[in-house]
Amino acid sequence: MTADLNFKGPRLVPFDLLAERTSSFCDVVARTQPQLLPAARGPASSADLAPTATTIVALTTADGVVMAGDRRATMGSLIAQRDIQKVFAADEFSAVGIAGSAGLAIEVVKLFRVELEHYEKIEGAPLTLDGKANRLAVLIRGNLGLALQGFVVIPLFAGWDAECGRGRIFSYDATGGCYEETGFHSVGSGSVFARGALKKLYRPDFTVSKGVQAAVQALFDAADDDSATGGPDLARQIYPVVVTVTQAGVARVGEADLAKVTNLVVASRQRRPDGPEAKLA
Amino acid sequence: MTAPMFYVSPEQQIKDRADFARAGIARGRSVVVARYRDGVLFLAENRSQSLRKVAEIYDRIGFAAVGRYSEFENLRIAGIRHADIRGYAYDRRDVGGRMLANAYAQVLGTIFSTVTEKPYEVELVVAEVGLDPAGDQLFRLSFDGSITDERDFSVMGGSAEAIAAALRETYATDLALPRALAQVAAAFGAAHGEPLGVEAAEAAVLDRTRHQARKFRRLAAAEVAAALEPPPAPKRRSRSRSRGGVGETAV
Repeated sequence: MTADLNFKGPRLVPFDLLAERTSSFCDVVARTQPQLLPAARGPASSADLAPTATTIVALTTADGVVMAGDRRATMGSLIAQRDIQKVFAADEFSAVGIAGSAGLAIEVVKLFRVELEHYEKIEGAPLTLDGKANRLAVLIRGNLGLALQGFVVIPLFAGWDAECGRGRIFSYDATGGCYEETGFHSVGSGSVFARGALKKLYRPDFTVSKGVQAAVQALFDAADDDSATGGPDLARQIYPVVVTVTQAGVARVGEADLAKVTNLVVASRQRRPDGPEAKLA
Repeated sequence: MTAPMFYVSPEQQIKDRADFARAGIARGRSVVVARYRDGVLFLAENRSQSLRKVAEIYDRIGFAAVGRYSEFENLRIAGIRHADIRGYAYDRRDVGGRMLANAYAQVLGTIFSTVTEKPYEVELVVAEVGLDPAGDQLFRLSFDGSITDERDFSVMGGSAEAIAAALRETYATDLALPRALAQVAAAFGAAHGEPLGVEAAEAAVLDRTRHQARKFRRLAAAEVAAALEPPPAPKRRSRSRSRGGVGETAV
């Protein structure tokens, strides 16, 4: 039976309360007057309130690191934007990609970029790569309150570490936990599929251009199985955003090069839709 | 025991404070900020590798100072904070040199006229590089908060007069960077009676041709050395083929 909450007329004992068979007050309130519970305040689903950005992949190569993100933002089951940018240069030697609540994520990136530049200008020297990764963790931790309300922001950070002369990748959780990843990593709704693809494709001795190709392949697999991740939009010529970081600094892969790589991947998928074949043993 | 109080007229008070600040500034080594073909050049006589007189404030804004280090360092950091907050709150393009120069003028003016505080013994230049040479701006700020808009170059510090006199003779704003650097260094040399060594030169530019949004760049010692060493005897044929154009042959 449904609980009638608006009792009309003076009734000493509402009859529907007699029907409850529990000794938990919380259960009774949840069933009869859920608006009184703290959890019921605020939006039921944040997905319908703000766009969500989806899959980011990053992988280290022999001479640097590659980060790529698809271009789709979703709002519930709708596509909110087809050409959103989720991968950014953080400074001259690092890149950051963001999955999660798009508006907050872009604000976090904006703040992070100013944070790094501000430090560099005041101190006269850039932060170490670990220092940058830690600063990003603090910013994400600051978002914990909103994350609990459903507006989660999960970044992926990668950069060139001048001290050890290699590219490094850092992943995060919503509480600001920062973890270094070896080889490759992926975040966002399609990350499971992208990581699966990278497991089979990744080689530590990749050149940067091979790394770019692997990243585009992994994003294709993510888009193949996750509706919130956008595949390459050949009709509109919208390709993933790919950023490389090497000893020479950060660079966004040009539109023409990316079109070439994407077309190559799409052509190979026409022959074998599930992607490159891996050896069994 | 308390010291006896004497009446000091406001005019005398201002004059004393100004003399105090001027004396402090005159002890410092000089800095030149000059426009050149691709932006703004900063050249300072500074033997320290870490205590800088020239600094980046924002994408298109640079800062140069002479006088008491701790004081202009405070002003530099305050300027970076001011610019970064404004750029974050509005947009990066909304941060301009004039706004920053005005903020510095307010601060310096207030400190100068507060009797309980010692006046700052500093002079500053806030420089902004424009999209084209006509957009370049140099603001000179004095210890009392007075602000002037300089046209081609600005010289501060102990030998400011002598260096400015030498520059007025020779300097042209359409020079390419190596020539501009050599000209400014020569003015230092003319004022001091000996050439400015690379080890004593702190050089930086706001270079509008830089691809990055941040136009400020420090010049490496090798780049400064290449510009300061006497040029090799010119070959007739190479001159006509030089890509330097008007700027190269103007002086």
